[in-house]
Amino acid sequence: MKPDRLITPLAFAAVTAAIIIMPAERSRDFDSVISFLVTFGTSVAIFSLLVLGLNVQWGYTGIFNFGVMAFFLVGAFTAAIITKGPAETEFVQYVGGFGEDLNLIPFLDSDQWLPFLVGILGAAVFCGVLAFLVSIPALRLREDYLAIVTIGIAELLRRVAIEESGLVNGTRGLPGIPRPLGDLVAPGDYKFVIFGIAVVILILVFIAVERGIRSPWGRVLRAVREDEMTTAASGKNVFAFKAQGFVLGAVVMGIGGAIFSYQRGAISPENFNHFFGTFIFWAMLIVGGSGNNKGAILGAYVVWGFWRITILLQAYDLPVFLETRIFFIRDFAIGALIVGFLLLRPKGLLPEVRRVSIWVDRLRRSMPAEAESADPHAPAG
Amino acid sequence: MSVFAGRLTDALATAQDRFRGVGDQLILAALWLFFLVFGTWAILTETDAFAVGVVTGSILALGAIGLTLIYGILKFAHFAHGDSMMLAAYVAFFALTGKVVGERTDVELPWSLNDLPGATSSIPWPGEGEFSFGYGLLLALLVAVVAAVALFILLDRLVYRPLRRRGSGIVIFAIAFLGIALAMRSLMLMLWGASPRLYVPGIRPTTDLPFDVRIVTDQIFIFFAALVLAALLYLLLFRTKLGKAMRAMSDNPDLALVAGINTEQVVTWTWAIGGALVAAAGVMLALQAQLKPELGFVLLLPLFAATILGGIGSPQGAFLGGMIVGITQEVAVAQDLLDISPGYKFSVAFVILILILLLRPRGLFGVKT
Repeated sequence: MKPDRLITPLAFAAVTAAIIIMPAERSRDFDSVISFLVTFGTSVAIFSLLVLGLNVQWGYTGIFNFGVMAFFLVGAFTAAIITKGPAETEFVQYVGGFGEDLNLIPFLDSDQWLPFLVGILGAAVFCGVLAFLVSIPALRLREDYLAIVTIGIAELLRRVAIEESGLVNGTRGLPGIPRPLGDLVAPGDYKFVIFGIAVVILILVFIAVERGIRSPWGRVLRAVREDEMTTAASGKNVFAFKAQGFVLGAVVMGIGGAIFSYQRGAISPENFNHFFGTFIFWAMLIVGGSGNNKGAILGAYVVWGFWRITILLQAYDLPVFLETRIFFIRDFAIGALIVGFLLLRPKGLLPEVRRVSIWVDRLRRSMPAEAESADPHAPAG
Repeated sequence: MSVFAGRLTDALATAQDRFRGVGDQLILAALWLFFLVFGTWAILTETDAFAVGVVTGSILALGAIGLTLIYGILKFAHFAHGDSMMLAAYVAFFALTGKVVGERTDVELPWSLNDLPGATSSIPWPGEGEFSFGYGLLLALLVAVVAAVALFILLDRLVYRPLRRRGSGIVIFAIAFLGIALAMRSLMLMLWGASPRLYVPGIRPTTDLPFDVRIVTDQIFIFFAALVLAALLYLLLFRTKLGKAMRAMSDNPDLALVAGINTEQVVTWTWAIGGALVAAAGVMLALQAQLKPELGFVLLLPLFAATILGGIGSPQGAFLGGMIVGITQEVAVAQDLLDISPGYKFSVAFVILILILLLRPRGLFGVKT
């Protein structure tokens, strides 16, 4: 094994060891370590969804979205206001509040899951529609203009959430978002339920995205990414495919946002900023490897692991000088990580596996001699 | 018959081209007319907001002048521009006061520019009144310029040159700028904390202008700084050999290289001048408002709006674009016709950006590409 190939397993092992050993050493209690790991896993699954969405947009379609926060925020707030009960007091004002009306089936405990399903669907649909509306003017723009426009949309939506206090309760935020399947287990065990929900949805979305990307449709997306002119010359409607990639990515981000709001139980516009809502997902994608869905998930794991480790470090007796600055040092390191990966390992921890079609793969497998000589990382064609 | 059809298509295509050209001119004329009418209306009805807008506009113009240079010559959307401005402003703060956050509270260096004899005594304004700062701030600005130039050249050597050699697209650069912006922001927080800082504490002297407008004297300084720097950059680009080389490189880097222009040197010069402009803009911004690490990234929207509105690569466009965006922002949240909350200030810039991208992407002074 080349030393270069060791980086990925080493990064994975280092993060895994740290997030197990550090809480274990601090608490010396099995249950609290498990609790920490489960909460950590839930966050990784949620952020993986957002990075997967970004991967569809940037990794596969080549659309430069610097406004991930827009869809993260819209997904989270849409799910929250669909699931919550109606606004009652004058201090808590928001639109929606259909949670209790969604108890449509009188059996199967439908109040425990139906509103949340509708919330996730609503978040997905809302983000999809938003992405479609944005794509009409924005996707015709040059890449750098598109980046600025997406930053602007994210900032505008965040301002709307803050300023229009009747929409999602302004800066006071939305507390008391109900928990899916929350009444079925003891509150102390709920973390396992939300972990399960997040992981199941991540697996479903992962399979759906993989299938889409491997289909002829996904091949056109990648062709658009590589060369729009040639794709257009082959008779494909480049704009339509870009819009579809953009909308699909936004839908996945919206689902991530919805589960984020269910996990948190309370969200406010303050939770979403350009750093936490956009930069960190880019860092995850660049570190993991854009154009590889497994890489996107690995990136979310490694970067979020790094994030949590810095929080755990606070428990140790650090010099005051470091202790007061540890989060800024972490942010600096994440910025440096982005630049470092671009320079030294531009393909990320798990580089994209170039493939033309599953049929070409099968053909290669049926010809053993050629298959062995073919480097899976070499660009196809 | 087919000859006739061919001629018809040709004629149609020509007509379409002409129509497009005319339409382009019409849009440009309409934009100018709109800005003139809006400006006149704003002066007459919202005089105070207009004056504030001119000051905001000066700051944006200062930032946009540097941005337009980097964007125009190197073709990068420099997303670290706002954060570089703030970082340079903090360097000036450090040179001026010697303050940096220690373990928990500020520690002060034994010597800083403020300790120079008479460095803090206010410079008088020739008209009436005085500025809030003494010559110490001007020296601090010089330190910030040197630091920003050094930082930009260093970043070019360490990060952008390897990426350039690899033939990376503008998107890879944009992601790199994002990482650098993040690193800069955290560096500011690490060294100077999150609480706002001021160059000169206390109430700032004001001065009276005609038409009952009363402004802080420093704002006159900021306005003229923007005007002078825009003029200097115009002279540099259009009246010097270096400027000619820069514009040649902006048009076609390969052709410029073949013509014997040392393009790497031009890139270094561009970053150096860009760094000096960034430092000037950052210090003026901090003089007008406060030093705050968060300000850098949000500032990108009005900065890009001003740059694109003026036309990328055009100093006079950046100046005018900054003014238009600044005035529109302030007047939009001050007027009574539409109820716009002050929180939407930056979103106003975004709306201008969208409109200009849809109507005339090359801006008021931009060249057709």
